[in-house]
Amino acid sequence: MKYAAPTTVDEAIGLLAGDADAQVFAGATDLIPQIRSGRPKPFTLVDLKKIDRLVGASESGGTWTVGAATPTSTLTGNASFAGAFPGLSEASGLIGSDQIQNRSSWGGNLCNASPAADSVPALFACGARAVVAGSGGERTVPVDEIVTGPGQTSLANGEFIVEFEVDTPPANTADAYLRLIPRTEMDIAVVGAAVRVTMDGDTCTDASVVIGAVAPTVLRVPDAEAALVGSTLDDATLEAVAAAASAACNPIDDKRGTIEYRTQVAGVLAKRSAKIAAERANS
Amino acid sequence: MSRTHVNCSVNGDAVDFLASDDTSLLDALRDELGLTGAKEGCGTGDCGACSILVDGQLNCACLMFAPEAEGTDILTVEGIANGDQLHPLQQAFLEGAALQCGVCTPGFLVAAKVLLDNNPAPTETEIRYALAGNLCRCTGYDKIIRSVQEAAVQIGAST
Amino acid sequence: MTATENPPKKYKYVGTRPIRHDGLDKVIGKARFAADLNLPGQLRAVIVRSPHAHARIVSIDTSAAEAMPGVKSVVTGADFPELDINHATFDESVNVMARDEVLYHGHAVAAVAATTIGEARAAAAAVVVEYDVIDPVMEIEDALADGAIIANTKNRTLFMGSDDESNLASFAPFSRGDVDEGFGSADVVVEGHFTTRFVHQGYIEPHGCVADVGQDGKASVWGSSQGHFAMRSKSADILGWSTDRIKVTPAEIGGGFGGKTTIYLEPVAILLSQKAARPVKLIMSREEVLRATGPAPAAEITCKLGATNDGELTTMQATMKYSNGSAKGYAAMLGAMSTASYKFPNLSIETFGTINNIPRSAAYRAPSAPQAAFAVESLVDEIAKAIDMDPIDLRVKNAVVEGDLTAMGAPHPKIGFIETMNAIKDSEHYNSPVPEGAGRGFGTGFWFNIGEQSSATVNLNEDGTATVITGSPDIGGSRASMALMAAETLGLDPMRITPIVADTESVGFTDITEGSRATFATGMAVTNACLELVAEMKSRAAVLRGVEVDAVEWVDGAAIVDGHDPLTIPEITAQAKMTGGPLTSTASLNAAGAGPSFAAHLADVRVDEETGQVEILRYTAAQDAGTAIHPSYVEGQMQGGSVQGIGWALNEEYVYSDDGVLENASFLDYRMPVASDLPMIETIIVEVPNPSHPYGVRGVGETGIVPPLNTIANAVSDATGVRMRNLPMSPPTVLKAINDAKG
Repeated sequence: MKYAAPTTVDEAIGLLAGDADAQVFAGATDLIPQIRSGRPKPFTLVDLKKIDRLVGASESGGTWTVGAATPTSTLTGNASFAGAFPGLSEASGLIGSDQIQNRSSWGGNLCNASPAADSVPALFACGARAVVAGSGGERTVPVDEIVTGPGQTSLANGEFIVEFEVDTPPANTADAYLRLIPRTEMDIAVVGAAVRVTMDGDTCTDASVVIGAVAPTVLRVPDAEAALVGSTLDDATLEAVAAAASAACNPIDDKRGTIEYRTQVAGVLAKRSAKIAAERANS
Repeated sequence: MSRTHVNCSVNGDAVDFLASDDTSLLDALRDELGLTGAKEGCGTGDCGACSILVDGQLNCACLMFAPEAEGTDILTVEGIANGDQLHPLQQAFLEGAALQCGVCTPGFLVAAKVLLDNNPAPTETEIRYALAGNLCRCTGYDKIIRSVQEAAVQIGAST
Repeated sequence: MTATENPPKKYKYVGTRPIRHDGLDKVIGKARFAADLNLPGQLRAVIVRSPHAHARIVSIDTSAAEAMPGVKSVVTGADFPELDINHATFDESVNVMARDEVLYHGHAVAAVAATTIGEARAAAAAVVVEYDVIDPVMEIEDALADGAIIANTKNRTLFMGSDDESNLASFAPFSRGDVDEGFGSADVVVEGHFTTRFVHQGYIEPHGCVADVGQDGKASVWGSSQGHFAMRSKSADILGWSTDRIKVTPAEIGGGFGGKTTIYLEPVAILLSQKAARPVKLIMSREEVLRATGPAPAAEITCKLGATNDGELTTMQATMKYSNGSAKGYAAMLGAMSTASYKFPNLSIETFGTINNIPRSAAYRAPSAPQAAFAVESLVDEIAKAIDMDPIDLRVKNAVVEGDLTAMGAPHPKIGFIETMNAIKDSEHYNSPVPEGAGRGFGTGFWFNIGEQSSATVNLNEDGTATVITGSPDIGGSRASMALMAAETLGLDPMRITPIVADTESVGFTDITEGSRATFATGMAVTNACLELVAEMKSRAAVLRGVEVDAVEWVDGAAIVDGHDPLTIPEITAQAKMTGGPLTSTASLNAAGAGPSFAAHLADVRVDEETGQVEILRYTAAQDAGTAIHPSYVEGQMQGGSVQGIGWALNEEYVYSDDGVLENASFLDYRMPVASDLPMIETIIVEVPNPSHPYGVRGVGETGIVPPLNTIANAVSDATGVRMRNLPMSPPTVLKAINDAKG
């Protein structure tokens, strides 16, 4: 393998354009274990962390721009980011240990295309957009259009995500993310649920409900969102949210959980996340 | 196979080494530089036995390609003591019997050092979560947690 | 804390907590584990492993691999001698390298040594093996079914008076009294079926070794082992060599827990080195460790208990089935023996061991006891609830004491079971209320411990310092305990003593560090050697003072002769040349009288009844150590064992696919407890001295893992009102049990 560390987006595009067997990486926290367990080695490793645009987070004009290779510990350690997006910050902070947190990134977490990626439901719920670069220039796409299936993305050969854009939430809006893992740390989510709500007093006026690890890709749950909007998040509503989330699941049985378990717990986490998000929105 | 010439600082010394591009930084430290303090317990970032600081950030050396070390400042367990003056964490681990087999100890010391550097008075819960990326199979963690608490007290008393 | 801190200690050094002698090197990164060693000209080796769980090997073609760049040697099963099927090392020999049949996914079939690890990996991938794949036999009941596929055609049922091929690894019944009459006259009868899955010892250091075969045909091996003498003899058996051709130097060992009492790599590395005439380093990856070493047996246990309304446990009946993995073993019998905590006048246990296409199981801390105690202690808990009796009172009423019979029928020696339970009963934990919404569980367990052979040499140096040399690999702080026992016996400060573990050519034969025997048996050898030195120093002092030896007293590290100043050890050693030469002593023994160690644990847990997640709020372990030589490391054994047991109870399990491939061969998905999963593990050391040891030592290493499975199960059952009979109690298992109970 050959290691390359471009310092500009154009340089990276150039490296990737001439090499169908190149692989971009940021933290490599998924890539290195995959290579160790037998994934074919890429010929060229393109390290994106030396490109200034890919590392860092800043807010301007009501939109946060976050470099795709920014370590998630940078985000959780940024008080104004964590204040604006408490759920997205929590979700980002759940990816692995402190060691992993200093390497893991939204770009990697998203493009690894695991349905269990922790940051992805929260990115969906916040309406994040990805700025994708390639030899054809740059394009901006909603995050939910990037992953198409387990290990599969809509990125063309030679394309990579440069940065993410997330709009600062409107007033009385907050998000929350909960996941179920057997231990308290270090595991991959068995189920994850992100909820964002906008509240007008006790009434929910807007909602996003997104669940992870229960289908080939992260899922938005429109029925749960519909149940929340217009409600006061009373018990009946929360049960409806849980039922809708469970109904949306299309999970598999694997070493991390059963179909039955994931389906039931997706509902539990969706309703708990909704409650936390609403409390935050009103505080 | 071509090898990359990497220049960096390890435990305060300017060093350089040659490494294949797919060599992990852990293998480079151990095999090229002879610094065998960091251990490979898993090779997949799940046990923390290879924990090192890279530019002050806690990392698993097994999850870095060696060429990524170019220009960085690395600290391993071998660099924690100040000459023959042990770091308060090392002293607390010894006095608190925080090690049995000792193979996870280097990783715990590095992870605990960066914790106390950033948070001089952590709660028990903070210590437990900060060290959750480091597996120990001998101690049940109890004496490790207590030793980190004791080291925090000692560091606090001396500053 | 120590329950018996009063009356005051009768020892000066035993029972103190000095810094362990090997500690400094371990906190500065200088300690040398097997993987840390490199020799000039060293090759790196890689093992080729079977991609099938069960197959006949049709052919192996290594020619392409041998032609690869950097490759210096290749070995297969054909390079090893065939041992007789009844040879004691036969199963290990085919486990180290498969011959005609592959017994589990990951079984070694060939190995390659090359100048770099990359070249070795590439060459390993080029070894062509043709397999005739057979369906694997994965579950205990599959192995015992009529017409089952034979999982290992080399297994023979000689214990049944037959030499048929069979999946039965062992069969043994234990009985006394009349169980039918016992159940007939019982007021309360409870029964249940209990299951546990395969788990791994989970040491953080993967197996590894460096081997160097010289021109003289002799091999030097540096390895990670609980028993380097056993590593030598087993390697010699497997290679067909004489023992004197192999020297093993023990490296620091990064955890064993029983899993490093057997060998996997060393004969392979020796042969590769011999063929290449270069040193060879062979280190497993974590994935290889999980796929091809360990595990501890899975178990299926049906158990039934009878009791009277006033709390007499009258009757126990059980069928215990354990899987030994791919080779024969005694797992099920050890399980049955481990249930003898109560008097049970009527008892009948049948034990079955099975062979499955899963790695040959290895010892794991009190092997087989946790599974059996899970079943028995769960049912005892049910009886306590059924007759509304305090769970400790019920157990104390029925507990075995000295003279009561074990399951095998032999009487127990002096033991501290009741004392241990009373320590919990008196604890602050037991006497504080159960937290709101939580459940509390109490449970117990014990391990017999063993003695076996040990050797020790103690050298007094010219300046009065001492070197204590043993052959017991130190897996948890035994060097410190050897130094403390030597210190106490000699009257010498333990920090003036250097305890070392010597290679196979520098100290007398010593059995494996297993059965919690190092501090007990090797400590006894050290003590005996020191007693001889004390006698010798008294005679030297008699020479120096010109008196008869019986006029010399030995007090606190000095020879006392009336009318003279005391002669200290440095004064005696400094004059050794004039009084008869160097002061050194060696003792060897086959230790008898290992005292069983009992433990009682208490846990408070909270269960999220919507997700099945279990949180451990508080945990206390009490254990009889006989005498705690170094209390910190006794506590460490109790805490470490407790947490391994907690992992076994809650989340650890091997998950196999239908075709016998381990699906969670990583520390990501083989979920051992992390620091944030746990509270502090409170410890109470109980000291009921073992009369068979000069300082009263009972081995403490293993017992701690026995109670947690049942203690946590009892706590989760208390919290949820649903009896937990299947391990691990992972969130899906617990939620399913709760759902099923709701109907």
